[in-house]
Amino acid sequence: MPMTITEKILARAGGEATMRPGDLAVVDVETAVLMDMTFLPEGWREVLKLHDPSKVVIAFDHLVPAPTVQAATAHATGRKFAARFGIERLHDVGLDQGIAHAVVADRGYAIPGTVLVNGDSHTCAAGAFNCAARGVGGPDMLYAITMGKAWFRVGETIRYDFTGALRPGVSAKDIFLYIAGTHGAHVNQNVEYGGPGMGTLSMNGRRTLATMGAELSAEFTIFEPDDLLNDYMRQVNPLTVTHPTMPDPDCVYRERRTIDLGTLEPLVALPDAVVNNSVPVGQVEGQHIDQAFVGSCANGTLDDLAVVAHVVKGRRVAKGTRLIVTPGTQTIYLAALKAGYVETITAAGGIVTPATCGACVGGHLGAIGPDEVCLTASTRNFKGRMGDPSARIYMGSPATCAASALTGVITHPGSFFAGDVA
Amino acid sequence: MSGSNALGGKVWKFGDNINTDLMLPGPWLYRSAEEQAKAVFINNRPEFLREMQPGDVIIGGFNYGMGSSRPAARSLRNAGVGFLLAEALNGLFLRNCVNFGFRAFECPGVSTAFDEGDRAELSIDDWTATNTRTGQTLAVTPIPSMLLEMMLGGGVLPMLEAKGLIARHQAQAG
Ligand code: SF4
Repeated sequence: MPMTITEKILARAGGEATMRPGDLAVVDVETAVLMDMTFLPEGWREVLKLHDPSKVVIAFDHLVPAPTVQAATAHATGRKFAARFGIERLHDVGLDQGIAHAVVADRGYAIPGTVLVNGDSHTCAAGAFNCAARGVGGPDMLYAITMGKAWFRVGETIRYDFTGALRPGVSAKDIFLYIAGTHGAHVNQNVEYGGPGMGTLSMNGRRTLATMGAELSAEFTIFEPDDLLNDYMRQVNPLTVTHPTMPDPDCVYRERRTIDLGTLEPLVALPDAVVNNSVPVGQVEGQHIDQAFVGSCANGTLDDLAVVAHVVKGRRVAKGTRLIVTPGTQTIYLAALKAGYVETITAAGGIVTPATCGACVGGHLGAIGPDEVCLTASTRNFKGRMGDPSARIYMGSPATCAASALTGVITHPGSFFAGDVA
Repeated sequence: MSGSNALGGKVWKFGDNINTDLMLPGPWLYRSAEEQAKAVFINNRPEFLREMQPGDVIIGGFNYGMGSSRPAARSLRNAGVGFLLAEALNGLFLRNCVNFGFRAFECPGVSTAFDEGDRAELSIDDWTATNTRTGQTLAVTPIPSMLLEMMLGGGVLPMLEAKGLIARHQAQAG
């Protein structure tokens, strides 16, 4: 029976010949990622036997460097756990530090054609690497690391075929805002990305789009493999055996939708909801903002920092406005430093923080106060997400955030890019 | 699997798209598991908790348990619901049913085969559900043994404890 990418990966990992919507897939977990929140005392239980330490990755991310005693305690628990079982892939505070999903992406831990789980909802980020990755609950993580297995109910698949290429100043974030605004939630469904235009998207752009699958409430969000992916894996994780998985030609999709990337424009999601809430930047242009944020597992890539640096180079962030930029990992931070982006952004009045979840979840390094307005290139704009519940959070691309930081009001980024899209 | 896999109780019928807010309303979200179990359906069927007997059965329609990942299944279990049969279960809700050890299965045709107040009997050994009033027996969709073991064993954590994989915990939530 022909299968979609997700069905094929789950079938393979489950040792089954086929997998179809409605089936329950009980699968081998190739990679189990534990973030710092997993080690908070309310959820964590002392592990006595581990299935396979070489399949475990630990990344401290939501609370680094520890802003509270509670966070420091969780980190200590994680370190002890790693030492006890000899887990080598421990991403502790320091050069290895980063948002778990971004660490997984940077290091090539997400192996094409396999299953990855993490107790965080944006785990689907690894779908950029043709990996069936899903956020699960804390108990599921304990199950995965002790038994080596996870289970999923197989959903139907929505296929997106990209054609054309994005115009300058339009980014993967805008593709997401278009999909979320036009097609809404994809509950219990898998999302599959491919088509002739997919190759025009960088690995970093794919990371953004795959990560945002969580906001579509999709089960799995997954990209087709191509040469770009294969080259990337060879470069960052050369010893790994990958299983690039294409959909079967006659596989059954719930629906197949084509998006001409060349027709897209910068969009903004209005406050409080990500889906069914997108408008063209022009509709909200002039809206005052107190803070612009570029970061998170979705938009802390080197491409994102490059765009911010490009827009603010030689200019100044508006008086009374804050621009906070948080790279996804310290590796990205270092690369941005070497490329001069950190200097450019800092000189323009922006703050480049160390890699952490930080402002995305209103934890530290950029929480927003009562009645403030934030334009964010991160994952969520829910009420209270980034700080006080009375604050309003708009969501846009890194380019739109950077352009708006310079003016203090929501601003179309078009004029900063050759081939103006305005 | 032991003989305890045959269960029966009085039927409480619900429709399609029963969401997790109805089973575990927002204001109870941060209260104890015991308090949460006293709020099941408090907004849409307040008589449910007053009149139900331990072991009673919920019969639902399509997409039963839609909504958030809140542990609504734990509340049904703690409230004493014997089992739940639905035309189709929401995926996230099913995950919580397994993780918190609440018996919930899919049973196509169940919403037309049962009326409010009927008695439903479930045999997990042969995957059937019977309406004792009409004598009609329906096929219950089996779930993989790995999930069944967790569901019947009280959920993930007690099972991992029993296998000696994680430490026993006194103040375990739930
Ligand atoms: S960056 Fe934001 S969305 Fe991503 S894992 Fe951290 S808190 Fe979650």
